[in-house]
Formats: sequence, structure tokens, C-alpha cells
Amino acid sequence: MTSLTDTPMPVPVPTRKPGAGRAMRWGRLLWRELTTVAITIFGLLLVTFFIARVIPIDPVLAVVGDNARPDVYENARIALGLDKPLWQQFASYVGKVFTGDLGRSVLTSNTVVEDIKRVFPATLELATLGTLIGVLLGVPLGIVAAVNQGRWPDQFARIVGLIGYSIPVFWLGLMGLLLFYAKLGWVSGPGRIGIAYQDFVDPITNIIMLDAALQGEWDAFRNAFSHLILPASVLGLLSVAYISRMTRSFMITELQQQYVIAARVKGLSEWRVVWRHALRNAAVPLVTVIALSYMHLLEGSVLTETIFAWPGLGRYITNSLLNADMNAVLGGTLVVGAVFIAVNLFTDILARIADPRAR
Amino acid sequence: MGIFMRHVTKLMVASAFSALMATTAQITVSLAQTPKDTVVMAKQIDDIITLDPAEAFEFSGVEVGANVYDKLIGVDLAKGNALVGELAASWTVSPDNLTYTFKLRPGVKFHSGNALTAADVVYSFQRAVTLNKSPGFILTQFGFTKDNVLEKVRASDDSTVVITVSKPFAPTFFLNCLTSGVASIVDSKLVKANEKDGDFGNGWMKLNSAGSGAYKVRAYRPNEQYALDANEGWYKGAPKNKRVIVRHVAEPASQRLLLEKGDIDIARNLSKDQLAAVKTNKDVEIVQGDKGYILYLGLNTKNPNFAKPEVREALKWLVDYKSIETNIVEGTYKHHESFLPKGFLGAIDDKPYSFNPAKAKELLAKAGLPNGFSVTMDVRSVSPITDIAQAVQASWAQAGIKLELIPGDGKQTLTKYRARTHDIYIGQWGPDYLDPHTNAETFAINENNGEDAKSKTLAWRNAWDIPDMTKVTQANVLETDAAKRAAVYGSLQRDHQMVSPFVIMFQQVEVSAERKGVNGWVIGPSSDTNFYAPIAKN
Repeated sequence: MTSLTDTPMPVPVPTRKPGAGRAMRWGRLLWRELTTVAITIFGLLLVTFFIARVIPIDPVLAVVGDNARPDVYENARIALGLDKPLWQQFASYVGKVFTGDLGRSVLTSNTVVEDIKRVFPATLELATLGTLIGVLLGVPLGIVAAVNQGRWPDQFARIVGLIGYSIPVFWLGLMGLLLFYAKLGWVSGPGRIGIAYQDFVDPITNIIMLDAALQGEWDAFRNAFSHLILPASVLGLLSVAYISRMTRSFMITELQQQYVIAARVKGLSEWRVVWRHALRNAAVPLVTVIALSYMHLLEGSVLTETIFAWPGLGRYITNSLLNADMNAVLGGTLVVGAVFIAVNLFTDILARIADPRAR
Repeated sequence: MGIFMRHVTKLMVASAFSALMATTAQITVSLAQTPKDTVVMAKQIDDIITLDPAEAFEFSGVEVGANVYDKLIGVDLAKGNALVGELAASWTVSPDNLTYTFKLRPGVKFHSGNALTAADVVYSFQRAVTLNKSPGFILTQFGFTKDNVLEKVRASDDSTVVITVSKPFAPTFFLNCLTSGVASIVDSKLVKANEKDGDFGNGWMKLNSAGSGAYKVRAYRPNEQYALDANEGWYKGAPKNKRVIVRHVAEPASQRLLLEKGDIDIARNLSKDQLAAVKTNKDVEIVQGDKGYILYLGLNTKNPNFAKPEVREALKWLVDYKSIETNIVEGTYKHHESFLPKGFLGAIDDKPYSFNPAKAKELLAKAGLPNGFSVTMDVRSVSPITDIAQAVQASWAQAGIKLELIPGDGKQTLTKYRARTHDIYIGQWGPDYLDPHTNAETFAINENNGEDAKSKTLAWRNAWDIPDMTKVTQANVLETDAAKRAAVYGSLQRDHQMVSPFVIMFQQVEVSAERKGVNGWVIGPSSDTNFYAPIAKN
């Protein structure tokens, strides 16, 4: 997957009128971005499709199981289209993808599109809250560490970063469950919502908290939140570690710039210097960092989802892969790729807005 | 700096406080115990690919079917798996053992309210035979095909079904096969209403139910959970609970926490360590049941070393069965060396082998390999398979055999095994139905050892050419005298232990942990016999 933030800036053409030139520049930019997106998605399809076909796992086994008779096996193989040449399989797959048909999952008997509609919101919910925690705690922590470089707040931030980076997430998750769920009883255990609330909320968006809020089911909302907060905090700690370290290093760079010295010489308050001037400049790379961290969580955190019995995208893809359910694997990977591209594009636009030089 | 620090401190305190509030707000949410009429289980259910009884052949899918559908014949677990009539009130077998006449129990209704008649039985057989999915052979081995099934399975009136089989099979064999999930009776009116392009309702049945059994599928979310509602009008009487919810919890440690916290009633997949831990909890009880799964090593006789009988025997003397049983699989497997699991007709409990490196070395020397040899084993990376493989590796080293373990996931090792490109495969075999022929067939029949073989049994996968044993095993399905049939299986297993390329090591014991106050949960010998209806909560 390529990072679109690396796309070179278009060269401005100075001879044209400013208005027309700007429109053209944006038009050309859009065209370029769209082409890159199309090529990236095609490449993604190509690579995942062929990887899925060359791995030494027989997808027919996923359908018929271990003990199937040869005739049953052969029928299933033909039904999966595996008797056709590889290029033909790929062409028909690509054709279907463009009509929005990702095929049917062997494991769940649903269409892959239905499955993803079900599992992706679960991951979205978890990743969004995790990132929110990461930003709300990580950015201030990084700033404080940068401003107090070498003093205790910096050491504290370093320890938080170290913990977040070095403790395996499955251990943290299990310990969190043991402490906050089993011993203290502050939060609910594995799963997205309590069994008593299971069919209480009609799925609208499949984001349970949002659905509960829309329907005014506040008990269900609280219950869902008590299930969500622990896994989100575990993921949040990872984000805090990453975001605070990056914030710190961006801020240290900015605080050494001449404009900061100039601002201080002019007698601006330290608050203004840090928050209005330095942070504004550090924000440009920071947006990319936050987006990257969000994207990472959106791909689904397999271990966290497994420990917390969270029916999300990461677990869906892994489970499908281990069971040779290739349509599901391809569909899931495609979604991850599309999300990656979309977030990247969004970050790119955001960076252009935040940074006048990039416009 | 001072002003700035104050602001930042405020901000940090504010965000920390809001996070704390978010957490502590939950203290007030009472963590409810499970509802009184509802049984909640945590189980790994990601093996389910379908709920259609004509297609389901995985442990969890078959278990759902066992609780949703009724069959003509069932087994009585309390009476040593004796055959009993379920939907069949009675049956007779013709003197030539070719024709079976079943008289249906009167007044049975499906969940839909439709009456269960002989037409439903005929349709169910037609459906399973025509679809011919993975478990289809359990029925088609009696000579049914999609073209003749309506002649072979007929309704002579509304409550009588007459079935003709192709050979004079042992009646125990045919009736045992009718107890498996593929012989479930489905609601023909409901299924026909959900047919699509002549699929016999297969697409719809993957996610829904059309049975007459103890429960009706209320909701099924793949890889997440299934919920079953009790059928108050079940012919055996209403189940002891109103609803069963089975939630997919992949991680055994999470299952244990949920159980100890009281959020679930039964945990189905605790590992040996988790079990040891919950044993000390006074609110938890352990339930055990012998399962039919056999854990064995398959030695591919295409490897010239394994073509030598002495080498095969030596390896059987080189497994430290006792130490693995007590140190690795305690409570979840027990030492067992024959291909029929305990509880099956004709099963024997002989254990001729024990750990004896001296004897093994002697045999290896006889085979011309006094210094051992090098060999690979494909190992599925799951507990306890990996641990057992490592124990085997260590004990084989004592006789100079260098065993290299090749880790892989289940489908990967299986793909290799099915193609006969392995040296050694460590795996489990589960019986397909409750008759000894299921294991005898795969372990002791190999009709054609060539690559073009139609039937690729485990004996075939290990390239074990056994024309004589094949004949004996095949003849035994026609033995009508149950005692004689059992005796033949006994001697077959003893021969098999001596010469086969299978190092049979263990039989699985399934273990559940349940909350105190949960009664009536009995683990049957197969997934077909794990029944939820007797579970009650005080």
C-alpha cells in the first residue's frame, strides 16, 4: 500500500490567471489522486487474489470438511469455480467486485458484503473510541513532555510510552479484564453488549451505542459502553504511547525554530507561543500520525478482538484466513485497503488545509 | 511557563477526569447474573458453516442440529448408547435384512405447527441424498441415489415409512446411521416454501431451522452467537429451560472469567490450566464426558523407513503415553490405543504398548537402523497438539530418531495430509456416526492404494495397502449377529495395533465447567448427543 502523502505537489504555472490556474490545479490534482486510487485498488486486488490462490491451503476443505467423499469434493470445487484457469477466476472476481458483489463467505453462509456490514461497525466503534482516548491524552502529554524536556513530566510521558509500546496487548487485555471486570466489577466482560440487552436494540448502523442512543435505550447504551470502554482503553493506551511520543518530537523541533524565539522576544505569553504558534506548525505532521494510528486500529486488532470476544473486522479476516474462506479474506482485505486509501486521501486534504504552503 | 503549565495541567486533569468518570459511571450498572430461565454458554462456535442438518458436519453445527431436529432413531446415553425409537414409535426388519418398516409416533408437530407425517420423512431423506453434502454418504452408503431414493424410501400411509437398503447390512449398522444429524426429519412444507432454484431450501436452512425438536433457532449470527427458544410442545415434554444462548468466546481465559463472574452458566472450551484453576472455585463444577475423538500419529508408508513393520512397531514403544497423559493433557484426553473409541460396539481397551526405548532400539536395529533416522512431522499449531508433538520429539530422540516439527494451521497440514505428501501427521479423528464401521472403514479399509482411488480413507492417506484386512472389515458390516460383529471388530483392532502405521495414543474427554446450581448438562459421546433440554437452573 502506498502512502498518498508522498504524492509530489503539482508545479504551479505562473503565466495563467490566478483563479483559472487554481481551478485547473485542483482539477489536475483530483485526477491524479483518483488515478492513483484506482491503480492502488487494482494492485491490491491483484496481489491479494494471487496470494490467496498460491498459499498451500485447499479452499474446498473449508466447504466440505475433512472427511468428504471425492464426488462431494469435486462438486464443491466446481461450485467454487476452482476448475477454471487462474486468469479467468481473477477476471470474473474483478468483474463482480465492480458490481459490488464480493461473493459469499463459506464460513458464515452470508454474502461477504453483509458480513462486513456487521463486523466493520464493531471495529469502527472500538477504533474510534481508542483513537479519541489516544488523542485526548496523548497530545497534551506529548506537549507537556516537550515543554518540560528532561524534567519529571517528560520522564512520566516516557514511561507511559514505554508501557504502551512494550507490553503485549493480549497481556494488557487479560490483566485489564482480571482487574476491572473480575475483581473490581467496574466494567462488563467480553462481548459487545450484555446478553439481556442483546436483542433490545434494532440494528440501524450496527454501531450498538449509536443505535441505542438513536432509539433512546439508555440502559442498553450504558451497557454497551461498559463493554466497550475496556478494550477501547487497551487500544487507547497504544495510541497514547505512539501519539505522545510523536507529538513530543514534533513539538521539540518546532520549539527550536527561529519563529518561536522571535515570538518569545516579542513578549508573547508562553501559552500563545506553545499553543498558537508551535502547535499550529506541529499539527501538520501530527494529523498524519493520528490518521495512521486510527487506520491501524481500523484494520482491526486481532488480539484485542479475540480476548474481548469482539466480533470485529480483524478477527473476521483472520478467522476466514485460517479456514481458507477466500472470498471473505479478499473482501475484508479490500475493505481495509479502501479504508487505508480513504483515510490517506482525507489526511492529505486536511494537511493541505492546515498548511498554507501545501495549497 | 507558569501560565502555560497551569493551562496544560487543567487540560490534563480534565481529560483524565472525564476518562475516570466514564469508567466509574459503570459501577452503578449492576452486572446482572444470567436470566433464570436462560442457559448461557461460552463456546468456540466458529467452526459452524451451516445449520442445515443435511450439510452440517462440524462439531458445533451438528450440536445445534441435535437440539433442533428429531430423528427416527436415537440413542439412550444412560443405557450404554442403546438404540431407542424417537419419531419412530416402533420398527421391524424383514428377514432378509433389506427392508425396514417404521411406524411413526402419532401427534408430533413441527415448530411451525405443521403435523409431522411420513411424507416429511420421505422428503428429508430425498433432500439429504439429493443434496449429497459432506455427511450425505452416511445415507448414500446404503444404496440411495438421487434417482432411486423415492423408490427406496416410501410412505405406505401417513404414519408408516418403508425403507429398502441395497445389501443385507447389519441392522445395527443401518439404525446407528439413522441416529446421525443427516437423518434429521425436516418440515417439508416450510422448507419447500423457502426453496430457491431447486436447492431444497439449502440456502435458507443454513441460517434457519425447520424442525420438531426441543428448540427452535431464534437468531443465529455467525461467529457471534446463536439463540434457541424452547419448544414447549416437544413430544418428549417441554425442555427444562426457556432459552439457550451460546456465545462465541474464542479465548479460554475469557471463558473462565465470564464463568467465574457468573455472566455465563457453562464454559465449554477451558484448557487444562483453566480447568485446574476453576476447580478451586466453590461456585464451579466440572462435567466430563468421553468423546469419540481419537488422537493418533499417521506414518506415511511411502517413506521407506515406515514401510518396515519393525520401525512402525518401534515408534509405538517410543511414546511416553503416561507422562503425556498426566503432564500435558490431564483431564482432557486419556490413554487409548485402539481405533474404536470406548463406548462403541466392539471397542476394546487393550493397551499393548508403553514407553520402552530399549525395546524400540532393538526393533530399529532389526530394521537396519540402529542409529535412528531423520523424519518430519506436520503439526497443527494449536494446544495441545504442539505440546504432544514436542513430547514425542523428545522421547524419539532417545532412540536416535531426529524428528523435525513443521508447524502449520489446520487447513494447511490437512491439505498436505490429503495429498499424501507428509511423513508423519499428528491429528484427531472423530467418528462420523455412532457405529463402529465409521472408524473401521477409515483405519482398516483401503480398496485401491493408487492415486486414482475413489475412497481416500486414512489407510489410503498413509499409503497402507491392506487387501486382506479390507475384505474382513467390509464383510463385517453385513454381519447381522451383533455379538459376532463385535467380536470381529475386537480381533481387527488387535491386528491393527500390531501392524498398522497408526500410533494411536489418546481418546478425548470433553470437559465443561458449569456454575453451581446448573443441573442436567450431560456431555454425550458425539456432538449428535449433546442435549440442552435437560439443563435446569436452581
